This record gives sequence, structure tokens and C-alpha cells, in this order.
Amino acid sequence: MIAVMASEGLAHDLLRLFPALDEMSPWLSVPLLGLLGCALVTGWITVFALFAIWLERKVAGHIQCRLGPMEVGPHGLLQTVADGIKLMAKEDVIPRSADRILFIVAPVVVFTATFLLFVVLPFDKHVVVADLNIGVFYLAAIASLEVIGVIMAGWASNNKWSLFGAMREATQMVSYEIPLGLALLSVVVVSGTLGFQGIVETQSGWFWRWHVFRSPFLALTFIIYYIAALAECKRAPFDLPEAESELVSGFHTEYSSMRFSIFFLAEYAFMFLVCGVATSLWLGGWNTGIPALDGLTGPLGIMIRTSAMLGKSMFLVFLQIWIRWTYPRIRLDQVMYLCLKVLVPFGFASLIGATLWELAFPGRVWFLQI
Amino acid sequence: MDSVQVSGPGDIRTEEMLLNMGPQHPSTHGVFRAVIRTDGELVLDCEPHIGYLHRCFEKIAESVSYLQVTPYTDRMDYLAAMNNNLGYCLAVEKLLGVQIPPRAQAIRIMVAELNRIASHLMAFGTYGMDIGAVTPFLYAFRDREMILKFFETICGQRLNYNYVRIGGVAKDLPEGMVERVAAFLEYFEPKIDEYNALLSYNGIFIERTANVGVISPELGIAYGLSGPVLRGSGVRRDLRRDEPYCGYEQYEFEVPVGTGEMGQVGDCWDRYMVRVREMKESVGIVAQALKQMPAGDVMSKEIKRVIRPPKGEVYVRTENPRGELGYFLVSDGSQNAFRLKVRAPSFCNISILREITRGCMLADLVAIIGSIDIVMGEVDR
Repeated sequence: MIAVMASEGLAHDLLRLFPALDEMSPWLSVPLLGLLGCALVTGWITVFALFAIWLERKVAGHIQCRLGPMEVGPHGLLQTVADGIKLMAKEDVIPRSADRILFIVAPVVVFTATFLLFVVLPFDKHVVVADLNIGVFYLAAIASLEVIGVIMAGWASNNKWSLFGAMREATQMVSYEIPLGLALLSVVVVSGTLGFQGIVETQSGWFWRWHVFRSPFLALTFIIYYIAALAECKRAPFDLPEAESELVSGFHTEYSSMRFSIFFLAEYAFMFLVCGVATSLWLGGWNTGIPALDGLTGPLGIMIRTSAMLGKSMFLVFLQIWIRWTYPRIRLDQVMYLCLKVLVPFGFASLIGATLWELAFPGRVWFLQI
Repeated sequence: MDSVQVSGPGDIRTEEMLLNMGPQHPSTHGVFRAVIRTDGELVLDCEPHIGYLHRCFEKIAESVSYLQVTPYTDRMDYLAAMNNNLGYCLAVEKLLGVQIPPRAQAIRIMVAELNRIASHLMAFGTYGMDIGAVTPFLYAFRDREMILKFFETICGQRLNYNYVRIGGVAKDLPEGMVERVAAFLEYFEPKIDEYNALLSYNGIFIERTANVGVISPELGIAYGLSGPVLRGSGVRRDLRRDEPYCGYEQYEFEVPVGTGEMGQVGDCWDRYMVRVREMKESVGIVAQALKQMPAGDVMSKEIKRVIRPPKGEVYVRTENPRGELGYFLVSDGSQNAFRLKVRAPSFCNISILREITRGCMLADLVAIIGSIDIVMGEVDR
């Protein structure tokens, strides 16, 4: 029964491993599988966020001639855990004049939107919660949900500064979705599929088959995507929604305790997600770039390919951190200028360019048939 | 927010929003409060409110003896306490008409210029923070820390030194201090280029600060601005050069002014850059002071334990890192000052805020406040 629904991905593999699942009533097995997927994604987000926050502080420390956290655990590895416990132990304050319901719902919406996106992110041929055949479309659609949560948070806080943060966020997110979408589209055009696994598989083989090396236009779209993704993540130099020197911390100023940490978690999860998407679409996803390694079967192969995916994504995450601690913040009008007058025209140009290039040299790397 | 009403599609009634910035806000550099009328991101009007750090310094100065006033001057511009001490001491010395030993003069110039570097480092670092770059701040603090270490060695304090005293300085320099400061200067001078590479010539930084908050020379003079804020507008006025005190006439240094390299003359970038360039000049002045450091006493023999200046009044102004710091001192012949009025540079400089922030964006407001570089301890006294 479910086997039909899940042709690929985690559910499919589980069914193969446990045929009993397929014989169960779908009323039981579908929620069961769903819960399992949830647990996996939540677990991964939490583990990643713990690591990424530590990494961010460590990298920031070293960039700034400091050591970063050193006390809790070896080289401060457990610092984030300690901070998490501290955050959870804090009083959960809801301002009296806040819109109570929206205030409570907002972090959930933000987190859920980010969480849902992980469903389509492939870590290996079979290590993916669900390989939707409209994966890229799904990504673009769900990613826009986050902004609703942010506006809710800013509005519900009943704080003018928070409202400023929310409005900035809305302006920025909605605008940058255009170049982001154009960049995604150009990859879709080249690979001929909307599914993440399909896109990753068109890049199999040697690493020069990766989309970023495939044509100049695709390389350009990668840069456009990365810049737009930085803005979508609200990372510096696009951290206007939470500009600490202007808005203190923008839309989540009034949040404390667990609700604040959920925002935080979602932010870091989203950071990894955009980098994971960049890896899948441009940098070969779980392909290692060496055919012999990609062909490995069994647990070793899974480990190698998953590490390749994680490694590439983590490098992009590191790049984000590096940028954040190097550059100043740009102004709102400059943010809009960059988006509407630079990224969007270039995005359109490269979409058309990539399409024409693919028509002229189908399946080639630059001009070469390799 | 509750009063926003939507009367129909295509006909939305909009309102201006009154926004309170400060006194607790990271970018107001202390307890400064600005009430802003905004239209979206645009600042229509910005009304500065001060007084949250008022400590009645001038009144206190009337009820304590002349010597006891010096520590209070530390607490005005707490980032440049040496310069504050110096101005006050010069005023009292002028009333008394005493001669200061040459070694004390050189030490005074050395500590004043080191403190100027420390203060400008703070301005540089926090300005980076205001614009959104956190890293330069830590670099600035790394180097400022070394200067604070020197001061700690010299007088035992890191912030409020009370080192420059009436008649000289509190103590002679410890053994080996001259060499250590010289080594620091050698280390520090190339660091300024590092700062420039890191922040001054960063594309985003220039975008954010050039052509923002432009003060024309005429406007600057009309508002009584001084220091880097005025020099940023291209007015070459520096009391160390124009009305030398404390032996500055023996030193060679340039007075950097804003040139409008990146935008218009008198924009935020110019004001910022004047400070960075002044650090380089200060390094040169300290080096000269170290080279000619004379031997001898550091305290004038004419100073008695109880100071009773003759009747009279003086006005002494010195070039503080933030501008012209003036002390108007009236003596009635007793051991307490009859009146001490301070002309604080930050207080005069911040007065221009409302004039230059009309129509700028919210982020620009932060950039402008940062470029004026106020210290609230001095504004409110």
C-alpha cells in the first residue's frame, strides 16, 4: 500500500527492510513513518545547531584574536549544551500587551517552516526523508512560510522595534525570493527535473560534472543563489532584521527562554538548509566527485557519500560565518538595490543564458564532451 | 500601532511613528536618548534628550579643594581621562602662574597622546560595531589594552587615572617605561594600516558612511563643533597647533582634515577617517616626546599642599580627542573654586544631531551618532 506512495527515500527503504510495515493498516503505518521522519529531522537539526553555534563562536573567536568558548568541555564543545540548558531554565516572559496567541504561535511557525524543508534534502541516494518529484518547487514554496512567522512575531510583540525588524525581514525575504527562485530555476532547466535526487544524479561522475563547473551561467547562478540565500538566512551583511546596533535584536527582542531558542534553532537550521540546497543543486550533492567512491555500496558507501554532502555543506556554512564576522551591515535601501537592480537582472540573464547554453552544448562541461 | 486604520483598498491611511531610541540602546553610546519621528525607515525628525548621566560635576567642584577636583574630571570623558586632567591642571596652573618642569611637560604630552590613541581606538571600534562589523572592535580593544596596561603601570589605574596633577604629574615614569612605549609605537603604527584594510576601505563600510550625515564647514562652525567632527568637514582647526599649550609648539605633526575622498566633504566617512589618521599623528608625537624626554623633576616645587590661587578668572582650552575642552575657572582666593564651567566638546558636537539627521534612514542615524563619537559622561557631566 505505502510502497506505492513512497517510491524513493526513507519510507521506501524502511519498507524494504521491514516488509511488515507494508502489511499494516495505512492508518497505522503512515503516521508511524511520519513520526520517524520527524524524529530524524528534529534530531539532525538539534545536533547540527549545537555544533554550528559552537563553530560560529569558535570561528568568530579566532577571527577576532580570541579563543572563543574554552571552559565547558574540550575546547568549549559543550558550551552550547550549557547555554541551551540555561536558556530553558529561564523564565518564559510574554509581555502583557502582546498578542498572546500570535506570540506563542510565531516561533512554532518559523521552526515548522524550516523543519519541513529538511524533508527533501538528500544526504545520500537513499538517505532522504521523502524525495518529492517537485522538490525544488516545494522548497521555494515552504521557504516563504517562514516570513509569516517572523511578521507574526514582530507584530505580536507589540514593540515598535520588533515591528521594524519584522517589516525589514518581510521586505528582504520577499524580494530575495525572486533571485533565489531564478537561480533555482536555471538548475532545474539544465538538469530537467524538479526532484532533488534527480538533480543530484545528473551531477554524478567526476567533479567537473557538478553544475557549478558546467557552464559560466550556472557558476553565476551559484553566486546569485549564495548571496540571496545569505539574505534569506538574515546573515550578515544582510542581518538587518535583527541588526543589533539598530534594532537590538529585531523581531525576537521580546522573546525569552525556550521560545527564543526555537527561533535560534530555526535560524541555524535554515543556515544549514540553504547550504545543503546549494550543495545539492550546484556542488554535486552527495556525489564525492570521484566515480569510484560514489559507486561504493553498503554502509561504507553511505558514510562516504553522506560525509561528502555534509562536508561540502559545512564548508558553505563556514563561509557564511566567515562573511558574517568580516563585513559590516548594509542599509535597507542598499539591500533592495542589490536585489532588484543587480541580482534580479543577472538572475534573468543567467537563466536565459543557462538555457541557451544547454541547447547549444547539451550535456557538456563548458564546450567539452567529458 | 493600535491606531492604524485601513479605510479601503488602495486608500490606506498611514501614520508617522514615534520611536524612542535610548536611553538604553546599544548605539547611543551611553545613556543618550533620541525621540525619533519615523515614516517607515525614514527619520523625519530626531530630538535628542540628555541628562541621564548628570552628576553635578560643576557644583561639586565648588565645594571641594582644587586638588580634589582632578579625579572628578576623570569621570567626564572617561575614555580620555588624561586629557581631561591636563586641561583642568593647566587652568589652575595658569591661575597660580607656576612653571612646570620640562620632564613633566613631556610626560604629560606622552600620556595625553597615548590616551588620544586609546580613545580613537574606542571610537574606531564602536563605529565598526554601529555599522555592523563586530570584528574591528576586538582588534581595537587588543591594542587599546596595551595602552591601558601602560597607564596601569604608570599610575595604577586603567580608566580614571588622576595622573596629571596641578604642578606636574603624580609620579615619575617607572623604569623602562620609555622603551616599552617605544616598542608599542613600533608595533602599533603598521596596525593602523591593518585597520584601514579591515574597515576604512571596506566597500560596504564606504557605502554606509560616505555621503551620510554631511556637515558643511559653515554649519559646523555655526554649531560650535570642534575636534574630529569639525575637522572632518575640512576645517583645519586643532588647538594643539593653533594655540599650543603644554609645549606642543615643539612638536611636529600634521592636522588631518576631511577631504571628501569617498563622498562629500564632512560626511561620516571623513569624520571617521580623521580619527584614524590622527592616531598616526599621535604615534609621531609620542615618539618625539619619548626621544626628547628630559631628566629632572616631575612636580613643580611651587605647589603647596593647600592651593589658594589669587583672585581672578581663566579660561583654558585644550584639544581633547573629542574636540575643544574648555575650563572656565573663577577663583575668589579661597581654597575652593568659586565657579568651574566646563565647555564639553561632546555636548556641543551632539547639538548638531537634529540638523543633520532630517530625512536620513534609521540605519544612518546610528551611523551619524557613531561618527559624532559622544561620551555621555562628558555631555551630562
